[in-house]
Amino acid sequence: MSQAQTKPRKNSTYNADKNVRTLVTPEGIDLRLRIADGGARVGAFTLDLTIMIITLIAISYALSYTAFSMNGGGEEVIVAVWVLLAFFLRNFYFMFFEMGPKAATPGKMALKIRVANRHGGHLKANAVFARNAMRELEFFLPLSFFLSALFMMNQGVDGWLTLLGLIWSFIFLLFPLFNKDRLRAGDLIAGTWVVKSPKPFLSKDLAEAPKTEGRYRFSQMQIDAYGVKELHVLENVLRKNDPKTVEEVTGRIMGKIEWPDPEKTENTNAARREFLNAYYAALRGKLETKLLFGVRREDKFDRR
Amino acid sequence: MSAISLKSHKFRLDREADWKKLELLLGRLESRSIRSLTDAEMIALPALYRATLSSLSVARATSLDQDVIAYLESLSTRSYFAIYGNQTRMSARLRHFFIIGWPQAVQNITRETIASALIMFLGALLAYVLVRNNMDWYFSFMPESLMGARTPASTALELRDTLYHDGDKSGLTEFASFLFSHNSRIAILAFALGFAFAIPSAALVLYNGCTLGAFVALFVDKGLGFELGGWLIIHGATELFAIVLAGAAGMKIGWTVAFPGKMSRMEAVGKAGAEAASVLGGVVIMLFLAGLLEGFGRQLITNDYVRYAIGLTTLGLWLAYFYMPRNFETLEFDDAAGAS
Repeated sequence: MSQAQTKPRKNSTYNADKNVRTLVTPEGIDLRLRIADGGARVGAFTLDLTIMIITLIAISYALSYTAFSMNGGGEEVIVAVWVLLAFFLRNFYFMFFEMGPKAATPGKMALKIRVANRHGGHLKANAVFARNAMRELEFFLPLSFFLSALFMMNQGVDGWLTLLGLIWSFIFLLFPLFNKDRLRAGDLIAGTWVVKSPKPFLSKDLAEAPKTEGRYRFSQMQIDAYGVKELHVLENVLRKNDPKTVEEVTGRIMGKIEWPDPEKTENTNAARREFLNAYYAALRGKLETKLLFGVRREDKFDRR
Repeated sequence: MSAISLKSHKFRLDREADWKKLELLLGRLESRSIRSLTDAEMIALPALYRATLSSLSVARATSLDQDVIAYLESLSTRSYFAIYGNQTRMSARLRHFFIIGWPQAVQNITRETIASALIMFLGALLAYVLVRNNMDWYFSFMPESLMGARTPASTALELRDTLYHDGDKSGLTEFASFLFSHNSRIAILAFALGFAFAIPSAALVLYNGCTLGAFVALFVDKGLGFELGGWLIIHGATELFAIVLAGAAGMKIGWTVAFPGKMSRMEAVGKAGAEAASVLGGVVIMLFLAGLLEGFGRQLITNDYVRYAIGLTTLGLWLAYFYMPRNFETLEFDDAAGAS
């Protein structure tokens, strides 16, 4: 049982990740949400910005084409429509997508992150509105400031003003880096945060390996060499299946458990994998049995 | 067979079909909507969700297969968001916003609204007095882009002309949508700037008041006060009210940042922010209407009395809509009953 973890160790798989946050469902189960990292946030925003710019260019082309075919009759309507569409795109692109069932813009979807209520429960429309209205302050205002400073350079705009603008933008830009939940000013105001939402993918169980029962038999001593931490490392090695790592790990394990004449194992990746798979299944079986009796052997130094 | 002898492996084999079924339903729920599911599937969904949650807690306690645990965690999280997330239809949400959400949010910031209105009035008064005493002040308050032909050097006749004909050359529709987008940006800024202890929001409202005061002073100086009143009030009743509300929303946030009260600062700010956002959402709608009134109404209606009548009526309607006493709890109940 999980209560058996009486002394949570530093290297315990559960608490190791400092990006994990507790979210307890009404059913009483902690979902252990993961906070989206800064890179994913920046990437998603860049992607969204690109989409917005491309859309704006497409709108401009379509409208100017319409204006052209109208022979200059409805210029004023066209400009009005453009101003409106640009406004809606700039302000409602994020809101529209984040209010949807996926609570993520196309950029966020691509990076497998989503917006969520910091206190659990519904993500309300006004929260989405608040976090995106702040974008005006965090991004668009500094941007227009910066651009106008760039264009007015020769016209003697006050250097101090530009400097202040730069400081301003950097405060907001770097804001997410200075709090552990990676909150933007908008997230702070709206009571939201951005979490990872990976698409679940279940791969094959490694314990369901080719039947090598006869060939590899491990003694109790040999199986007792490792704990949960090493089991998980082994699982990752097997799933990644990088020949060099597999060779190295096979060597290490054979040395540690004093496997009789390791030369007998064929010098191929397949044979090594077979050995590791068999050892993985044996080790997991043993550790899981212990787990059922309330003992979670964290690592090889844990003598239980 | 050795493979099945592992209890955790058997556990997985027994339940995998249910997990896959939930995954399939979730995919459809997310990509389309809740209505794409049949009745039987709707009934199965929560059961599958709870079964998966239970699998997750069993797996955490007994299985050492990281892959299964990670899979179940992400599947449970996704279904948690899908099931406890918002499934209300857009129409119901909008209904709720107009009947309850918006007026209630406006009522909750009444104190800030009064403060914001006073600040705007103060700015207007200040600029008015200064400009009446010395016309040079006009240039300090008025941005050049707004000035156009309206300078102290213009004759009364020219000024009069701007009140009734300024739409002739620049296109009506273009003007309206430009005004809307410009004003909304100012309103959003007034909201967003509130973050810094409400001072920037107040300053923005004050500045808006100053512009207004200087404007009025110029026209009163030429004896066109009454005519200007009509020109302003037809859209100003909506527009200025919206700016006051946006400033108030910003102040609410700033005030909460400074004095969070009993809650933790983060919690209090989150709550105030979401509420202020409801106000701001409404403000954008008001500004859209104001843009229409300004772009079309004002240019097409040139009779002063009609302008006053329209302006005062809209003001009365807004006040009644926002502040008419009502019991939101019973409304909420009726709304829920009506929507289901």
